Amino acid sequence: MGFDFAHMMTLGPEILLAFGQTLYMIAISLTVAIFIGLPLGILLFVTDKGLFLENRIIKSTFGFVVNMVRSIPFIILLVALIPLTKILAGSTIGPAAASVSLSVAAIPFFARIVETSLREIDKGVIEAAVAVGATPWMIIIDVLLPEAKASIVQGVTLTIISLVAYSAMAGVVGGGGIGDLAIRFGYYRYDNTIMIVTVVILIVLVQLIQQLGDWTSKAIDKR
Amino acid sequence: MIEIKDLSKVYKTNKGTVSGVDQVTLSIKEGEVFGIVGYSGAGKSSLIRCLNLLEQPTSGQIEINGTDLTKLKGRELRKARLKIGMIFQHFYLISQRTVGENIAFALKAANTPNNKITGRVNELLEMVSLSDKKDVYPAQLSGGQKQRVGIARALANDPSVLLCDEATSALDPNTTLAILRLLKKINRELNITIVLITHEMNVVKEICDRMAVMQSGRVVEEGDVYDIFSAPKTELTKEFISSVVSFDVPDSILKACTGRLIKVLFRGDVAGEGVITDTIQQFNVKGNFLHGSIEYIQDRPLGLFLMELKGQQEDINQAISYMEKRGAQVEVTTNGI
Repeated sequence: MGFDFAHMMTLGPEILLAFGQTLYMIAISLTVAIFIGLPLGILLFVTDKGLFLENRIIKSTFGFVVNMVRSIPFIILLVALIPLTKILAGSTIGPAAASVSLSVAAIPFFARIVETSLREIDKGVIEAAVAVGATPWMIIIDVLLPEAKASIVQGVTLTIISLVAYSAMAGVVGGGGIGDLAIRFGYYRYDNTIMIVTVVILIVLVQLIQQLGDWTSKAIDKR
Repeated sequence: MIEIKDLSKVYKTNKGTVSGVDQVTLSIKEGEVFGIVGYSGAGKSSLIRCLNLLEQPTSGQIEINGTDLTKLKGRELRKARLKIGMIFQHFYLISQRTVGENIAFALKAANTPNNKITGRVNELLEMVSLSDKKDVYPAQLSGGQKQRVGIARALANDPSVLLCDEATSALDPNTTLAILRLLKKINRELNITIVLITHEMNVVKEICDRMAVMQSGRVVEEGDVYDIFSAPKTELTKEFISSVVSFDVPDSILKACTGRLIKVLFRGDVAGEGVITDTIQQFNVKGNFLHGSIEYIQDRPLGLFLMELKGQQEDINQAISYMEKRGAQVEVTTNGI
C-alpha cells in the first residue's frame, strides 16, 4: 500500500487533533521542566565544590535523585507514575495524564542541561562578582543567568525535541499525539499514508524548533 | 593598614599537600602602592586572593583597617569586600551586560539606592575616561578599555584597598603604561592603598613604593623599591632587576678588556658623571665606558655604569676608593652584571 492522498484528507481531523495533543503535552511538560528544572540546575551548580554555595550534602542528594529519575526508561516511568498521575491529572489517560510523566522525565533532563550551561561560564567572572561583595542571589540573577542564557536557550531547544520523541510513547497511557498516531495507524495497521504524513510532520516540527532555538540563542548573545 | 601575619595556604591534591603561601608576614601601609613580584607558581596569586578571602587561608591572619578578615563569614565578609576592590588579568566582566550595567552591579551589591546608581556610574566612567562607552557590551572593547571598566567596577563602592591580580599582564606595553598611570592617579587622588602582583619588574619600577619578592610561597626580600633596585640582596631579585636594567655586553667586548672591570652605582643625589670625571682627572687611570644607564625610580635617579679602568693596580685601587668616598658603590666584576 502506497501513499493515498484521499485517505490522508479523510484522516485530516484526526491528524490535526493529534498535532494539537502533541503541542499540548510539550507545552505543559516544558513549562514544568523550566519552572522546576531551572532552579534545580542552578542548585546543582552553585552547591558544587569551590562555588559560592558549596554544599556536599545538597549536591550529592539532588544529584542522586536526578540521576535516578534519568536512569529509568521512559516507558517504565510512564507506567510507574500512574498513581501520581491519578492524583495530579485526575485521570490516567489522555494528554494531561501523559504530561505528568513527561514533566517528571523532563525536569532532571533540563536541570542537567542548565547545570552544564552554567559550567561553561568563566569561573573568573563569578569570582569577580564574589570579590565585589555581591550576594548569592545577585550572582545568580545578574551573573549566572545572563551569562548562560544563550546556552540555556539551546538547552530548551534540546529539551523540546526530546519531549517530541518521548511524547510518541504517550500512547501507552492513551495520551495521543502525532507520535502515537504514527504508532497506532502506521505501525500496528500498516497504514503507510499515516506513517509518512506523521513522520514528515515530526521532521518539519523538529527542524523548525531547532532553527528557532538557534536563531533565538544567537540573537540574545552579546559576546 | 594591611597586616598579614603568618599567612599560609596549603592545597590538598591527589599527590599530597602543596604549599601555596608559606608563613608570609607583611605589613602594607596606608596610601602606598605595594608590589609583589615572583615567577608563576611562587604563590603571589594565592597570596593576593587570600587578601579578600577568595581563597580561605589555611592559617594566619589578615587585618585590614583593624578587622581580621579571616574571622568573617557570610554577610560580614561581603560587607568587608565592598571596601576591597579587585581587578584581574582577564578583566572578568559580565559579557552579557553593558559597561554601565557591569559597574551598576557593584553598586547594587552595596545596596545603593536606584536613583543614585546612574549618577555614580557616570562619575566612575568619567574617572576612567570611558564616558562614551556606557551602553556598549564588553565584547566591543579593547583590552585596555575592559580593564578600565574593571577598575571602575572595583572603585564603585569607595574601597580603601585595590587588589590588582596581574592587571596589566594581558595588555600591550603602551596600554600597560596607560593603565599603570591611571592606577597611580587613583592611588594619589583617592588615597587608595594598592596591592599588586606581577611578574613584570617594569610594573613595579613604574608605580610601586615598596615591594616584596616571592619564591616557593615565601617572601625572600622586601623593602623600598628604590633600595631594592640599588642593592638587591638575593639572586632572584637580581634576576628580576636585570630584566629591566640589563647590562648585556657582548662577550667579545668583555674578553677584549685588559683593564679592571668595575660596576659603579650612584644613588639619587650623587651626580655620577661628575664623580667619574673627577676620578679620571685626579688619578693616573684611563676609564672606558662599556655600558651605562640612569633609571628613574619613584622620580629618583639611579645611575649604573659598567666601565673598564686601565692603569697601575695601585692607581686603580686608589681611584676606586676615591669613588666610594664620593658616595658611589663600586663592585669589581668579571662579566658585567
